[in-house]
Amino acid sequence: MTERTQILICGGTGCLSSKSDLIKAEFDKHLTELGIRNEVRLVLTGCFGLCEKGPVVVVYPDETFYAHVEIKDVKEICEEHIYKGRVVERKVVEGAIDEDKIKSLKELAFYEPQERIALRNCGVIDPLQIDEYIARDGYIALAEMLTEKTPQDVIDVIKESGLRGRGGGGFPTGLKWQFAANNDADQKYVICNADEGDPGAFMDRAILEGDPHAVIEAMALCGYAIGATEGYVYIRAEYPLAIERLKNAINQAKEYNLLGKNIFGSGFDFDIKLKYGAGAFVCGEETALIHSMEGHRGEPTTKPPFPAESGFWGKPTNVNNVETYANVPVIIREGVEWFRSIGTEKSPGTKVFSLAGKINNVGLIEVPMGTTLREVIYDIGGGIVGGKKFKAVQTGGPSGGCLTEEDLDTPIDFDTLVAKGSMMGSGGMIVLDEDDCIPAIAKFYLEFTQEESCGKCTPCRVGTRRLLELLENITEGKGDAFSLKELRRLSTVIKETSLCGLGQSAPNPVLSTLDKFEDEYVAHIKKKACPAHQCTDLIQVLIDPNECIGCTACKRVCPVDCITGDVKKVHSINQMDCTKCKACYDACKFDAIVIR
Amino acid sequence: MKSLEELKQLRDKVAKQVDMRLTKNGFRIAVGMGTCGISSGARPILNAFVEEVGKKNLDNAIVTQVGCIGKCVLEPMAEVFDATGGKTTYCKLTEEAVQRIIEEHIIGGNIVKEFEISSFE
Repeated sequence: MTERTQILICGGTGCLSSKSDLIKAEFDKHLTELGIRNEVRLVLTGCFGLCEKGPVVVVYPDETFYAHVEIKDVKEICEEHIYKGRVVERKVVEGAIDEDKIKSLKELAFYEPQERIALRNCGVIDPLQIDEYIARDGYIALAEMLTEKTPQDVIDVIKESGLRGRGGGGFPTGLKWQFAANNDADQKYVICNADEGDPGAFMDRAILEGDPHAVIEAMALCGYAIGATEGYVYIRAEYPLAIERLKNAINQAKEYNLLGKNIFGSGFDFDIKLKYGAGAFVCGEETALIHSMEGHRGEPTTKPPFPAESGFWGKPTNVNNVETYANVPVIIREGVEWFRSIGTEKSPGTKVFSLAGKINNVGLIEVPMGTTLREVIYDIGGGIVGGKKFKAVQTGGPSGGCLTEEDLDTPIDFDTLVAKGSMMGSGGMIVLDEDDCIPAIAKFYLEFTQEESCGKCTPCRVGTRRLLELLENITEGKGDAFSLKELRRLSTVIKETSLCGLGQSAPNPVLSTLDKFEDEYVAHIKKKACPAHQCTDLIQVLIDPNECIGCTACKRVCPVDCITGDVKKVHSINQMDCTKCKACYDACKFDAIVIR
Repeated sequence: MKSLEELKQLRDKVAKQVDMRLTKNGFRIAVGMGTCGISSGARPILNAFVEEVGKKNLDNAIVTQVGCIGKCVLEPMAEVFDATGGKTTYCKLTEEAVQRIIEEHIIGGNIVKEFEISSFE
């Protein structure tokens, strides 16, 4: 029997946490009952990117995109769609039904502007099957380079492609490889940095879960280029699914002799091992990462010497990020010209972003460099939750800065973001709306960096602590006339004197928000008021006697029983006991609760 | 895996497995699979289309299914949409008709008049 339909079920961490594996089992059961199991292939894939709509199920060949699929929906999809060809419209993702036509996946507003290179196989192939990767031209680049080209040829392709490190810094990858290749040694190492640590970033995890072979192929290519025979993936232990799929992929590659001795009869040996990290943010810094791998404390050291000279066990080492590697096989296969035709002059190619915060389509996207923030947030991201007003977007996580309304039309690439006082970072984007308090957001990031500071150098260890205290004072209404000046001074000192990137960039969220939202800081300090009504020490929750009808709804939800009043009489809130949890605000149907 | 050749052979062998998931520009063959269609034998017709497309390695056609097309008396039916959205409706299909539609319409680009809906009205 020839297969006529394929049902792809998202098996990324997001959808798996909503039991997509059980959904697959349910499909199996119902298709078997209908007697059409052998006509249909079920595939558990990597992340589709539209995590907000998960669990996601896509039916091919018609590319029908089902969202929020629950186990109880499976029977109907099998009987109606798969058996009788009638699409179950109530489960089709929003925006896909256009008059009488149902749009395919690639026609959806979320996917249409995207260009997928690093994510090209995520949500398309079964990450547990090496054959599906090979079906998508996997390992062809490795085979061609090993059998037909010299290591220098590989480096030249990467250099000419203009690929820049996707982990955040944007350093030219080809140049990095060249340095490592130029240093002679009896042993060299290739390391993949999978220590994704920014709050709200999950692109590396999605790549490793959805297309692990792409990273393996790229690491082998890098090994050939620089003359290394051993590769390590430094991956955080909190990514169990990525680890499992990567291990499986490495074993399959070994079985096919795509890793191991004498690959493709070229005499080139390469092997990959995993090293687990404990999820320390500082270990994303390459020297700290290497120390952690060697069994030492995850602390950075000064550069030079760069890892390309003296890295893992003192040998020349090349460290790249997951997404950078995922680009490599495609560039080699499709060519430099093709790659340079995407993106901008100085930043060719694409970038994967994870969208989080107050945005409708929380998820993972990949767009050409040079796409504007407006396109990312409104066209792909679907705008702000609840139609609220956009305030800012934090790019680059705790090391980056915020961009505002006026930056919405800036084309995003490595250099424009730096010019705007932010940075690309690894690609996390946290969207803030009018309800978010800017000094509180800066405080949130400082809490993170302060805790993640490894403690080796004083400016970072003590400086971030003091910076956090200043921000705490401001958000508690204890700021004074010198607070802003001191924030700026201390930030500059930390930036200029810290040892590694963590400290050097930790004050960025403070500096960039001070730059763009100074008035909010001033309101906290001078008026002792929080314009976004978020800082609990600076707000009061009151009942408007003209609006209150005495329905007792607020009184019933108050967790600390601080609301008094009889039925049909105006209520009041005891300010001494109020914790400003706003439960009453949400419960009141008459807009009688006022926050000031 | 010993050579580039061997890898390419494996790729060509497994390519079909994921082929369906890649967007194709060309024909979309939709077989009517309402209750009326199924009872008049649409299932073997659907399978015949799938098999023919697979056998001939056609990369310009996908085979899918729809509900009742409307003229139940003429089932099994199928609609062939070309890349521009133009539609041809075929009726009273047999496995032989399927072969001819694939040969003449999908490969040759000519509508098979004999099975086209206007011949039945």
